[in-house]
Amino acid sequence: MRKISDPAQLAAIARQMRREVIQMITEAKSGHPGGSLSAAEIVVTLFFDVLRHDPANPKWSDRDRFILSKGHCCPVLYAVMAECGYCPKDRLNTLRKLGSVYQGHPDVRFLPALEASTGSLGQGLSLAIGMALAARLDHSPARAYVVLGDGEIQEGQIWEAAMFGAKYGLDNVCAIVDNNRIQLDGFVKDIMPLDPLPEKWRSFGWHAIEVDGHDVAALQHAFAEAAAVKGKPSVLIAHTIKGKGVSFMENNPKFHGAAPTPEECARALEELR
Amino acid sequence: MATQQIRTKFEVKLGAATREAFGKALAELGAANPNVVVLDADLSKSTYTAEFGKKFPARFFECGIAEANMIAIAAGLASSGKIPFASSFSAFLLNKGFEQLRVTAAFPRVNLKIVGTHSGISIGEDGPSQMSIEDISLACSLAGFTVICPADEVAMAALVKAAAEYDGPVFIRAGRAKAPLVYPAGHEFAIGRAIQIAEGADVTLIATGLLVAESLLAADLLAAEGVSARVLDVHTIKPIDRETIARAAAETGAIVVAEEHLVDCGLGVRVAQVVSQTHPAAMEFVGIGNTYAESGAPDELLDKYGLRAGNVAEAARRALKRKK
Repeated sequence: MRKISDPAQLAAIARQMRREVIQMITEAKSGHPGGSLSAAEIVVTLFFDVLRHDPANPKWSDRDRFILSKGHCCPVLYAVMAECGYCPKDRLNTLRKLGSVYQGHPDVRFLPALEASTGSLGQGLSLAIGMALAARLDHSPARAYVVLGDGEIQEGQIWEAAMFGAKYGLDNVCAIVDNNRIQLDGFVKDIMPLDPLPEKWRSFGWHAIEVDGHDVAALQHAFAEAAAVKGKPSVLIAHTIKGKGVSFMENNPKFHGAAPTPEECARALEELR
Repeated sequence: MATQQIRTKFEVKLGAATREAFGKALAELGAANPNVVVLDADLSKSTYTAEFGKKFPARFFECGIAEANMIAIAAGLASSGKIPFASSFSAFLLNKGFEQLRVTAAFPRVNLKIVGTHSGISIGEDGPSQMSIEDISLACSLAGFTVICPADEVAMAALVKAAAEYDGPVFIRAGRAKAPLVYPAGHEFAIGRAIQIAEGADVTLIATGLLVAESLLAADLLAAEGVSARVLDVHTIKPIDRETIARAAAETGAIVVAEEHLVDCGLGVRVAQVVSQTHPAAMEFVGIGNTYAESGAPDELLDKYGLRAGNVAEAARRALKRKK
């Protein structure tokens, strides 16, 4: 796919993706806006600039893999994949409806261009590692990228996978923690604190990079740094704001998993013009 | 289905444990198919995957004591075109990896093979925390999974190869103890097709795994009483061979199902479903009751928990009394 590397252009796409997310979830009357909005720049920067992929040939064996381990944030992934041409843009409004390719959580049976079915938290890093191992065995340049929620990494399997990735020196794995500090029941620091996050990953043998997850240029730089690291996997600790871009959703745990009303949708779209 | 009369009088001759046959077959498979990769969780000397690891170190991944992670890594490998075999004790593989099996393997239907060794109570002295007595039930609860339980080393060797050739998720159940030889070398097996080992007209003994040999011994006990018992090895528990089971129900009118598994949620209930839908017959069940076992010698445990030829024969007598 033809890359877009201009940060301003990528930021504009992210804003457009936020509009799609709000409209999709409003239409669906259920879904998880907060984590989709916090991950917008991360997913956009990956799909439009970083990943080696080809929407015309989705099963290209040397493609980079992308896994949204925090599967409940699929609206932003669907919007971006549709923008890339993997799936129909004019069907985004069928999110969560019977027979839609846009299932409530990513489902490869309905959307084969997805790399994995996710939705049960904690599993995507292991899947990415499996794909990275296969790439290594096949002498393929493919890299595996996986977006994790910060709440998600409370799952023990994440740390099993972290040990494995370090043991096998999987420098073709890049995890991104969408560190938006909010999970379903409230603030991460109250539910189950994770700090110090970069130190945790470093002590598990990973190259950890802290980055502003809404600064496209900073993300581009961080992804380049990760790709240059040899002999160990990398993780971006992307500091983000849950609900980013919509004033009444920002840092508001309510919008982890609540759809906007039509009035809230209109206000949000006004703010995202 | 080809009816195969293998022997009339069964004599117990111990072969290799099915776990050992698995390891040997896997190492052969590694040579034949470069896409086969193997994962283990710190039990490779017990599951016999170490043999593959020695021959193909680049394709062997030691995951440490982290079964959940192992399953999902295997699923990732499978979705990139590899044929992963992930192995551990069945009790850990299924119970600790179940959620990962559900979401990363069964639901997207990836081409993953899992092999659980040390199933049943015949593992002996290590006791119930290590004994998998519910793995058939768990594996059958994974939609789209194929569930296989070979009776001896010949069956295991053939079915490991068949599983590698089959495109889809498979669970294979293996035992720790040396298993009596049921089949001659080179006997053929097809996934999903039960094998009629002994012909009989009065009652059918349907078994899987270690209980196949016990059922053959039971058939001989019954023969001495003038009862002609058919014996079926249902090595593939899911998808189950409905046709062969339905025919046995129609032709013999009495059925005993025997397994080294919790009796209320294994092969027995699956056979009963087929029989009730096709040719209702008098049925009896041999398996582990609503309990966990204990430490002991394998033979002592099989005696104490009622998984012997005598138990199968007694169940047949009960079924025959009710046969219409």
